Amino acid sequence: MSDFLGYLLTGLGIGAGYALVASGLVAIHRVTRVVNFAQGAFAVVAAMLTSSLLAAGLPHGFAELTGVLTAALAGLLVGLVAIGRPGTTPGTSLIITLGLGIFAYAIEIVIWGDQPRSFAGVPGVAVVGGARLQAHYLLILAVTVPVFLAMAAFFARTDVGKALSACASNPYAALVVGIDVRRMGLLAFALGGALGGLAGVLTTPVQQVTFDSDVTLLVNGFAAAILGGLTRPVVALGGGLLLGVAQTLIAGYGGSAYQLEVALVLMLAVMIVQASRRGAVPEPAR
Amino acid sequence: MNVAEVAGLTVRYGGATALDGVDLTVAEGDLVALIGPNGAGKTTLVKALSGLVRPAAGRVTVRGRLAQVPEGREMFGDLSVDDNLRLGGWRNGRGGRDTTEIYRLLPALDGLRRRRAGLLSGGEQQMVAIGRALMARPDVLVVDELSLGLAPLVVTDLIAHLRTLNAERGLAVLLIEQNARLALDLCRRAYVLEAGRIVLHGPADDLAHNQRVTAAYLGGPVR
Repeated sequence: MSDFLGYLLTGLGIGAGYALVASGLVAIHRVTRVVNFAQGAFAVVAAMLTSSLLAAGLPHGFAELTGVLTAALAGLLVGLVAIGRPGTTPGTSLIITLGLGIFAYAIEIVIWGDQPRSFAGVPGVAVVGGARLQAHYLLILAVTVPVFLAMAAFFARTDVGKALSACASNPYAALVVGIDVRRMGLLAFALGGALGGLAGVLTTPVQQVTFDSDVTLLVNGFAAAILGGLTRPVVALGGGLLLGVAQTLIAGYGGSAYQLEVALVLMLAVMIVQASRRGAVPEPAR
Repeated sequence: MNVAEVAGLTVRYGGATALDGVDLTVAEGDLVALIGPNGAGKTTLVKALSGLVRPAAGRVTVRGRLAQVPEGREMFGDLSVDDNLRLGGWRNGRGGRDTTEIYRLLPALDGLRRRRAGLLSGGEQQMVAIGRALMARPDVLVVDELSLGLAPLVVTDLIAHLRTLNAERGLAVLLIEQNARLALDLCRRAYVLEAGRIVLHGPADDLAHNQRVTAAYLGGPVR
């Protein structure tokens, strides 16, 4: 029983990382209709930069925040290249983000090399209800939950959040009322970058990062996001947590070799079921 | 004074000419109809007035504010009625997005505040679209295809609202309509757009009795 609770909490911590990546994908896709294949790279850049800053003696908190803000800036840059030119179709932008994601490898290897990096998070072991787990997993949850609540409030309560939703719902009408749809798209990319970066700095202490860690994050994040048709943040959050828990349980009771396969199988199943009904990525209702 | 003025406007999409040397004016407090068949370029003119397409030649001058009620109503379907209205005031800045006044002008919307706009009836959506445009505090309201797909009673109600707004607030209205009789009834002046050119214009009463107009748009001569 305490094993199960331990796996559950660990899984939620891992899943929170996927959920953050997924919600970044959703934030960008809702507003721009672009599936951002560079999403995993934001996490890697933020994590690598944070590890360098910490190694240079900068304090925790400041280093992580700089990592996240840099990822937001990276998101903005990816957005500028991917959707900056008016008239670029979402399909073309998708290919551009794929290219940028691979280009990021080159930059990361030049700056940080190709060896795994990590940094210390919250040290020690926590005991929750008899279950023992690394204390850092609790920090991941303690940060992720408020971030999701803040995002929900941002979209529901602020005019800028509503304008982002308006661009998602009906870009033409957004233009008619004077919302700059392209700028909102860039804002979404920056937000996606920050969320990806947060996933990176939160999970690196429990999961080493290499330049190509983005693939695992992207596959898992995409699997979580596609559950909600890439348009529903709450479903993406649930999907990410579920995926994390499922993987940890399988690793705990079965073999850890199958972790990524769980995400791939889930993603394919969801996409096949949705495609057979109405297309894998439904247009939002007008 | 003219709140909106179009002079020698030509708009091209690739090789196709959508508008060809169009002249049109809307004076302060005016009620102007623009009628014409499908594909004549009416919606292109609306887009040019709103600055959403770039003219190949000619000038579009808007003094004061212009707001658009787009064809097909174009709701933010996932958002509430109140959010739709609020975003209509986007250009006003944060201080100019209070929706209270709209519910006073269009009381039918009051009970729908929290409803999702995408789930409303066509007539209700058209009312939201008008309210959303009014949020911009316009001097001229461009209404593209008010009656399309709506029941006659609903249209009558909407027309009455436009008439009131015009009479009480001096709001100028440019009504783009396929239903020529409706447009000519409401408006004082009218333009007929065919194949990208203005082929007729003048007082609405005159056009309503013009042979060419009655034959093409009013289903035969007036008895």
